[in-house]
Amino acid sequence: MQKDKSYIDTSKTVIDIRGLYKSFGDLHVLRGVDLKVFKGENVVVLGRSGTGKSVLIKIISGLLMPDKGKVNVLGRDVDQLDRKQLMELRLKIGFSFQNSALYDSMTIRENLEFPLVRHVKNLSRAEVNKEVESVLEAVGLLQTINQMPSELSGGQRKRIGIARTLILKPEIMLYDEPTAGLDPITSIEINELINEVQERYHTSSIIITHDLTCAKITGDRIAMLFDGQFLRVGTFEEVFDTDEERVRSFYDYNFTE
Amino acid sequence: MSRPYVISKKADSFFYSIYDAILFIGRFFKEAVQPPYEFQEIVRQCYEIGYRSLPLISLTGFITGIVFTKQSRPSLIEFGAASWLPSLVAIAIVRALAPLITALISAGRVGSSIGAELGSMRVTEQIDAMEVSAVNPFKFLVVSRVLATTITIPILMLYCALVGMLGAFLNVSQNEETNFVAFWESAFDQITFLDVWASVIKAIVFGFTIGIVGCYKGYYANKGTEGVGKAANSSVVLSMFLIFIEEVIIVQIANSIRGY
Ligand SMILES: Nc1ncnc2c1ncn2[C@@H]1O[C@H](COP(=O)(O)OP(=O)(O)O)[C@@H](O)[C@H]1O
Ligand SMILES: [Mg+2]
Repeated sequence: MQKDKSYIDTSKTVIDIRGLYKSFGDLHVLRGVDLKVFKGENVVVLGRSGTGKSVLIKIISGLLMPDKGKVNVLGRDVDQLDRKQLMELRLKIGFSFQNSALYDSMTIRENLEFPLVRHVKNLSRAEVNKEVESVLEAVGLLQTINQMPSELSGGQRKRIGIARTLILKPEIMLYDEPTAGLDPITSIEINELINEVQERYHTSSIIITHDLTCAKITGDRIAMLFDGQFLRVGTFEEVFDTDEERVRSFYDYNFTE
Repeated sequence: MSRPYVISKKADSFFYSIYDAILFIGRFFKEAVQPPYEFQEIVRQCYEIGYRSLPLISLTGFITGIVFTKQSRPSLIEFGAASWLPSLVAIAIVRALAPLITALISAGRVGSSIGAELGSMRVTEQIDAMEVSAVNPFKFLVVSRVLATTITIPILMLYCALVGMLGAFLNVSQNEETNFVAFWESAFDQITFLDVWASVIKAIVFGFTIGIVGCYKGYYANKGTEGVGKAANSSVVLSMFLIFIEEVIIVQIANSIRGY
């Protein structure tokens, strides 16, 4: 299963986080997070629920602001940008939400067009259709183009959510729990889709999960979040080759279920 | 959460929420005038609002016209003034009943559905999804809905007045010697331009209130499914409350212009 991953370029950092802190009132969620994501790689962020994984990628996309620390994305510090600059940065970031967040009053076609027609001006009807069909094809769901989101299964919705972000050709993909709530076979399909996206579009990605199978299949590197900090960062084997209590218990819990 | 409070926790959060609401309204005006404009979405929302409230407004307006005429007749006969019936009814409907009926029904039908719709988009992260795809959700969702209610509710109000007068005509024609033209002439004898304008302005204010309250409650709905229900419910309660206050204020202003 060893693939040619020559598109990973460890000399180029696309996300650089240093000393990141974030609290909500008395709840100190992130307490000194450091993380680098290199061009073209998939970094998996592992951690139990409620440890602040979603908060981390919401900060990267500017949905939440950091309290302290540096969050540099594609060469720009997210907390230093005005609204216009933030919008420009967001065009280069794709965000796949935990519950897909499809616009449920719109058809699949309208969901996919929604960002496209607002950002790429002067596209003809035919060009819009071509783009929509091409990303739908990439996620294997061309036949659902005229359906409503409520008619789709959880796995299909996930795919459409990913397609909707791909239509703007992002450089960075952020996946929030891509396999949560899916059956094992659908989960594997989504994991493979994440890898296909990496190969086809050469995106750099952060994949948030508590599912070790997902981490193993999709992650070039794994970062384990514990108590607001990254406890271990490295390849899957490096991270789990340890006697550290908290890491072991996470591993055992996942594979003895 | 960790904000130190000045008066008491409850009183403080009340004043903070008024401050937030003022910011929200300010943002509406700022973004409403800035391009790009979501014309298509505004038209779609106008259609939705009309479609949702038209049946109920037709029914209520018509029945109010009939009932109000029926109930007023005995008193007028007692004073020997049965011929004033059409103009009395017209004044009541145009000045007071049509704007209020339209506003209260729309607060129930439209306000609650805006609250629920935006609330569920907030809870299911659809608003965040727009934000991260670099589309301004405030403009697409809030500005279009508030403009739509502000445009549509005055039109619905005029329609409600018309239907109410038809109801009144039906009742009058069954009891008194009249025809359509005579009824209409005597009805609008007493209605002035100011009456119609005051009602249209009232309806514009009510429409804006219903839209902005529903959007505010929905846009800032709490996470969790109960947040959606709460957003829908509290938009109806708050917008009805504000409608009554605005009604009183606008009537005062109109009366002072009339010189009462
Ligand atoms: N906008 C917010 N306001 C207040 N608390 C929040 C907010 N977002 C997240 N939290 C809290 O931060 C903690 C971490 O949340 P989250 O990042 O969603 O966890 P997870 O690792 O499961 O994705 C949770 O306790 C959550 O309640
Ligand atoms: Mg989460």
